[in-house]
Amino acid sequence: MARMKKDLLGLEGAGEREINQILDMAASMKEIMGRQIKKVPTLRGKTVVNMFYEPSTRTRTSFELAAKYLSADAVNISSSTSSAVKGESLKDTAATIAALGADVVVLRHPMAGAPHLLAGTIKPAVINAGDGAHEHPTQALLDLFTVREKKGRISGLQVAIVGDITHSRVARSDIWGFTAMGASVRLCGPATLIPAEIERTGARCCTRMEDALEGADVVIMLRIQLERQRQGLFPGIREYGRLYGLNRERLALAARDALVMHPGPVNRGVEISHDVADGVQSVINEQVTNGVAVRMALLYLLAGGGAVEAAD
Amino acid sequence: MRLLIKGGTVVDPVAGSLAESDVLVENGVITRVGRGIAAPGAKVIEAGGKLVAPGLIDMHVHLREPGHEAKETVETGCRAAVRGGFTAVACMPNTSPVADSRAVIRYILERAREAGLARVYPVGALTRGSGGEELSEMADLKEAGAVALSDDGRPVANPGVMRRAMQYAGMLGLPVISHCEDPDLADGGVMNEGYTATRLGLKGIPGAAEEVMVARDIILAGLTGCRLHIAHVSTAGSVRLIREAKARGIPVTAEVTPHHFTLTDRAVEGYDTSTKVNPPLRGEADVAAIREALADGTIDVIATDHAPHTPEEKDVEYDRAPFGMVGLETAVGLVWTELVAGGVISPARAIAMMTVNPASVLGLEAGLLAPGSAADITVIDPELEERVDPDTFYSKGRNTPFAGRLLKGLPVMTMVGGKIVYRR
Amino acid sequence: MPLYRHGQAFLRGLPEGKGVVVMPGSVRQKAVILDREGIRRALTRIAHEIIERNKGTENLALIGIRSRGVPLARRLAQRILQIEGREVPVGMLDITLYRDDLGTLSPHPQVQRTEVDFRVEGKTIVLVDDVMFTGRTIRAALDAVMDLGRPKLIQLAVLVDRGHRELPIRADYVGKNVPTSRREDVAVLLDETDGDEKVIITEEDKT
Repeated sequence: MARMKKDLLGLEGAGEREINQILDMAASMKEIMGRQIKKVPTLRGKTVVNMFYEPSTRTRTSFELAAKYLSADAVNISSSTSSAVKGESLKDTAATIAALGADVVVLRHPMAGAPHLLAGTIKPAVINAGDGAHEHPTQALLDLFTVREKKGRISGLQVAIVGDITHSRVARSDIWGFTAMGASVRLCGPATLIPAEIERTGARCCTRMEDALEGADVVIMLRIQLERQRQGLFPGIREYGRLYGLNRERLALAARDALVMHPGPVNRGVEISHDVADGVQSVINEQVTNGVAVRMALLYLLAGGGAVEAAD
Repeated sequence: MRLLIKGGTVVDPVAGSLAESDVLVENGVITRVGRGIAAPGAKVIEAGGKLVAPGLIDMHVHLREPGHEAKETVETGCRAAVRGGFTAVACMPNTSPVADSRAVIRYILERAREAGLARVYPVGALTRGSGGEELSEMADLKEAGAVALSDDGRPVANPGVMRRAMQYAGMLGLPVISHCEDPDLADGGVMNEGYTATRLGLKGIPGAAEEVMVARDIILAGLTGCRLHIAHVSTAGSVRLIREAKARGIPVTAEVTPHHFTLTDRAVEGYDTSTKVNPPLRGEADVAAIREALADGTIDVIATDHAPHTPEEKDVEYDRAPFGMVGLETAVGLVWTELVAGGVISPARAIAMMTVNPASVLGLEAGLLAPGSAADITVIDPELEERVDPDTFYSKGRNTPFAGRLLKGLPVMTMVGGKIVYRR
Repeated sequence: MPLYRHGQAFLRGLPEGKGVVVMPGSVRQKAVILDREGIRRALTRIAHEIIERNKGTENLALIGIRSRGVPLARRLAQRILQIEGREVPVGMLDITLYRDDLGTLSPHPQVQRTEVDFRVEGKTIVLVDDVMFTGRTIRAALDAVMDLGRPKLIQLAVLVDRGHRELPIRADYVGKNVPTSRREDVAVLLDETDGDEKVIITEEDKT
């Protein structure tokens, strides 16, 4: 008997079949986005609440559009408007939202594990839209979708993830997702930004970018935050760009048809050069489009009261 | 008032022996220990099949009073202590106000006297307000009743201050209990640095944060001659440093908590904030090294670091939750289940680590079952099994990661000064 | 052996008798309504009727409703090609997202792709499905088609009409009318999807 999941908290432990189910569904959703009338009545009468305790125009808009394309009502609560600033706890805020009749709660939160706290408390489905340095499963799913669409497969591919691995929830979700689908993952960044024992995930680690890029089929560049420099985790943007920036010469080390990806927003000229960001191998804009399709699929699956079949 | 504890197995933690004996208590004092004591008219407590031990001492608890009475009071903490088999506790000075003055020490002792349950030995602050800058009035604190000095929870970062504090405490003959944690290396971490922290995306505290401070304080103990007690040792590296220091004759002792010899950082999975504790739950190799150190004598004392918090404080995001878990009411069960039944240490050594050893660190006349000593006695049923149910705790704190865990070997009677203060 | 089987939960509340579970022991076959020949003849007749009713194939397009409406639509297009010598575009419609019973279904059924590669504006669209029952699937399909654009005309072709309509909807072309009881179910088996070719009535076995 397959377990049914109520929430999407992370990709750790997700199976190939489960992920493929979501990606197949996303493909159906993408077709709707190509229509003149980008709307289906599926989730009419359902309410999706986007709780964003961190600024994120991109992810929030993506979820909002996904909800609207499926005819759900979408309500956004951001930290500036939420009761969080009035000292109300996350659990109390969530209970209020559940009591108001939300069917799905999408949570972005600066602290790892916040969606778990929520999922354990309230009845509506909880979708993790990024929690601290833990996971960002919908981003990884849209990355997987994009790669599968472009390459026709994921299994057997070499995927390089470059940047601040320590603070990256995208890196963690991508590691679990790509590994589960049979790809090999290489991680690369300065030693101060590679977390303890990360190789136990099955990913390989290196600090030289050339080693990471050599023959890679997919290159995922992570955003470097200037704040990390102030924390003394790397000496400066100039040196970072020199060691870990993706430019045309470096990209030439990767497979000829390698895809260049970035979860955005991009620090142009730092982790990625202009010509690469806008180049033919870049699929950064398609990632954004695919993000809506993937989130439509997830809203559809989870608004039904739990439908993603978990791996046995 | 005469009381005869009959037919139990009396534990002598000094000799390391167990012998079937009766214990006669008269007017709050132990008057006879031996076989077949006849005491006409005495109230008889049958203790067949049970261990009769000197009253257990927990030398590391947070009673939270004054200032944090929502978490715990001296009275509720003492109730939890006696239910857990402890006849005495040493309480840490991080109250509000900090126990850095005669008045606060006196207040705690007064509240303990009112409660009339376990004996309470206050630990005074090492620096004023535990601010880590100016020395506290240590002589005054000692006179008021403080048995040791510590800035537990707020480790002294400045080595120069620590040196002078240890010189001064040494002059007064008071031990310094050090919570070893380098704040810059801990750097806002919330759990052990390692694979689990990496997976969960939580900021790690490296073992080095503790070990750097253990090394520093051992060196300062050597320099000053002050008796140093390392609180809640959590890493294999700390164990090595302490073992080596003891071999060189440095006056250092050390304690571990039941949670550090029982759990690893894997317990944090699922973000259960009751697992958030400082120092953090460590890796498997650390737990193994701690168990080895318990067995070979590197570790002297088992203490709980009982740290109650309210549900409101703990029912939040992991990063936001305060450090600490309760321990008084699960300690004996964990010692027996994990260490004694697990074959790590003998019953007599387990008792020693909760009686004579902490008494010796704190300079207390306690921890022995001998004619003439105060009748502080703990009776343990090594066969009694029970699942941990936080709702039954006498402590105000419910923050334990052991809820639902089956423990075997539990206290069934606690006697302080001849008075039965807890009986199952 | 089961002829075919969807997940149990996918079936609950399904209005059109689609995805019939034919399980040995629980469901038994009562009667064969159409055999291979019968299906062939019915489709040929419908193809003729479509051409006749629309006076040719000008502006005509077929859209099959997933899953068994799709092979039926393809076969009709082929018949029309044979008769008229003209290609008629065929699309595929997945109506899952338009169903009115999603709220009662848990888990939600898998959504297949809708593939309509032609513009529906101004066209005469013939929707094709295997069995017509309550009319709710057709209602959903009408909404789905209209979300793709504004056709001039929509007609409906079904292989079997088993009655029990719950909405004011009727088919323009019917292969066979089969009066059934509600306890019965109609299963259409096609070579393309099921490796067999017949229409049967089944009934839940009380024993």
